[in-house]
Amino acid sequence: MGAIYRREMNAFFTSGLAYVFLAVYFLFSGYFFYQGTLIQATTDTSPLFSAMFLVVLFLIPILTMRLLSEEKKQKTDQGLLTAPIGLWSIVLGKYFAALTLFVIAESIVFVYAIILSCFGTVVWSTLLANYFAMLLLAAAFIAVGVFISSLTENQMASAVASFLALMLLYMFDSIGSGISIEFIKKIFTSLSFYSRYVEFTMGIFNLSSVVFYLSAAFLFNFFTVRVLEKRRWG
Amino acid sequence: MIEVKNLTKKYGDKKAVDNISFKVGKGEILGFLGPNGAGKSTTMNMLTGYISSTSGQILINGVDILEEPKKAKSFIGYLPEIPPLYIDMTVEGYLNFMFDLKRCKLPRKAHLKDVCDLCRITDVKGRIIKNLSKGYRQRVGLAQALIGNPPVLILDEPTVGLDPKQILEIRTLIKKLGKSHTVILSSHILPEIQAVCDKIIIINKGVIAADGTANEIAKNITNEHKMTVRIEGSTKTAADKDEIVRAIKAIGSDGEGGAKSSVKFVRADMEREPGIYDYDVESVEGVDIRRDINKMCAEHGWNLLMMQLSDLTLEDIFLKITMGDGMIVGDVNENHEESSENEKTSADNGKGDEE
Repeated sequence: MGAIYRREMNAFFTSGLAYVFLAVYFLFSGYFFYQGTLIQATTDTSPLFSAMFLVVLFLIPILTMRLLSEEKKQKTDQGLLTAPIGLWSIVLGKYFAALTLFVIAESIVFVYAIILSCFGTVVWSTLLANYFAMLLLAAAFIAVGVFISSLTENQMASAVASFLALMLLYMFDSIGSGISIEFIKKIFTSLSFYSRYVEFTMGIFNLSSVVFYLSAAFLFNFFTVRVLEKRRWG
Repeated sequence: MIEVKNLTKKYGDKKAVDNISFKVGKGEILGFLGPNGAGKSTTMNMLTGYISSTSGQILINGVDILEEPKKAKSFIGYLPEIPPLYIDMTVEGYLNFMFDLKRCKLPRKAHLKDVCDLCRITDVKGRIIKNLSKGYRQRVGLAQALIGNPPVLILDEPTVGLDPKQILEIRTLIKKLGKSHTVILSSHILPEIQAVCDKIIIINKGVIAADGTANEIAKNITNEHKMTVRIEGSTKTAADKDEIVRAIKAIGSDGEGGAKSSVKFVRADMEREPGIYDYDVESVEGVDIRRDINKMCAEHGWNLLMMQLSDLTLEDIFLKITMGDGMIVGDVNENHEESSENEKTSADNGKGDEE
């Protein structure tokens, strides 16, 4: 896992993808920090986090699009799958590399916190809860992205499909609200990635949401492993 | 070292590899020979655990590749048909990655240096793989397979894309490696296999068509009493053909059914020069009919333009085995079965030889 993780991290930076990702992330979070916090003359960073949901939705597919699709296209997966390592190591190595890059991007919020601390008292508990919530959200989204990149050889197809999938997860709320059958409505709303996330930005730390995001992350990584396994048996 | 039992791979209804069994001992070099699409790469992919088999068993060093894949894979160095190179890495970076990936315990610096020296890529170590020529990429691929010094090397068409000098170098290298490793290599280039391998398996349409050393395979199919003659008849048209064939057939017989003909088989072949045909002739074992043919031509006033004994090279054998229902294959069948109506396929023919 270590070797794959290190290679992916290197690849992110040598391909320039990491810089694009970080730049876009910093640009938007900087804007929302200015718009939502500085201009409002508050130390509350929650508006920044709730606004970043959609940005993350766009950016994560870019982060994950080539992770497995490129391997298949360049036939480098043959090197990985014939090496004496398990499928989980391959998938998790890639997964954690993407997650690490996301953490680097997200951690810009601590720079904002330092700026804020010059002018007032930072409410660290909400900031950290928000930070943690976004991390969990990304953990689940990246797993979805990795899974979709394992399904295709085409980076663009992978990016677009991941975006659509994440969009669909985001829309669970509005889909649910349009359904009159109570039972199905409940399924949709309880599976909503968005409302659980917003809960965090409002300062509610819900353990079941933590479990929800972590399970989603695990589940999609598991699916990815199954896809690789299935390809072998096909 | 490697034991393959009844290996089969199906894609849907199509059998890509059909019931293949073989064994390779330590320090042996096995050559996999076959036309494109014969199932060579599929077999190699199964041997290395890249794809699974539909049925059958593969033991690497006594370890089943499906039961204990990690352990079995750690014995193998694999160079696939398309080397699995990350094209935006440097050669050194890539080899370091593979070193980590294989969890190699050898001293890193010294081992990578050895491998680079062996494959002659030391001078491109710092370059990005994207910018390397096909030949260098192939060698980086080979270097990658050698990392960790695995006892088994599986090389899928290792010399593709190399220039003749490099091919020679790689061949020498493989021969050298074969002394300490078990090597399986595939190719559709015969001289390569002939030059390097101790044992050859010819594979066609997913089945083993022939199996043994180069000499053994040759002995099975070769025919020392066969020759091709080119005779110019009296009219220089196709009309001569029958007459000439009849005359050749009559060689050695007394015309009254007493003595049997010394010619076992004769047929008119292609028109090589305008109005002049080649004839494939096979004599009864132990009888030299070259002088008789010469005499016959003189008697009839024909001109003997060419006489060539068929000396079967591995190339001929390969073609005979693998070419669906080519003319040559038909001959082989007739020669062996002494039946002109034999319509067995080439694969059956190969099997027959094996048994």
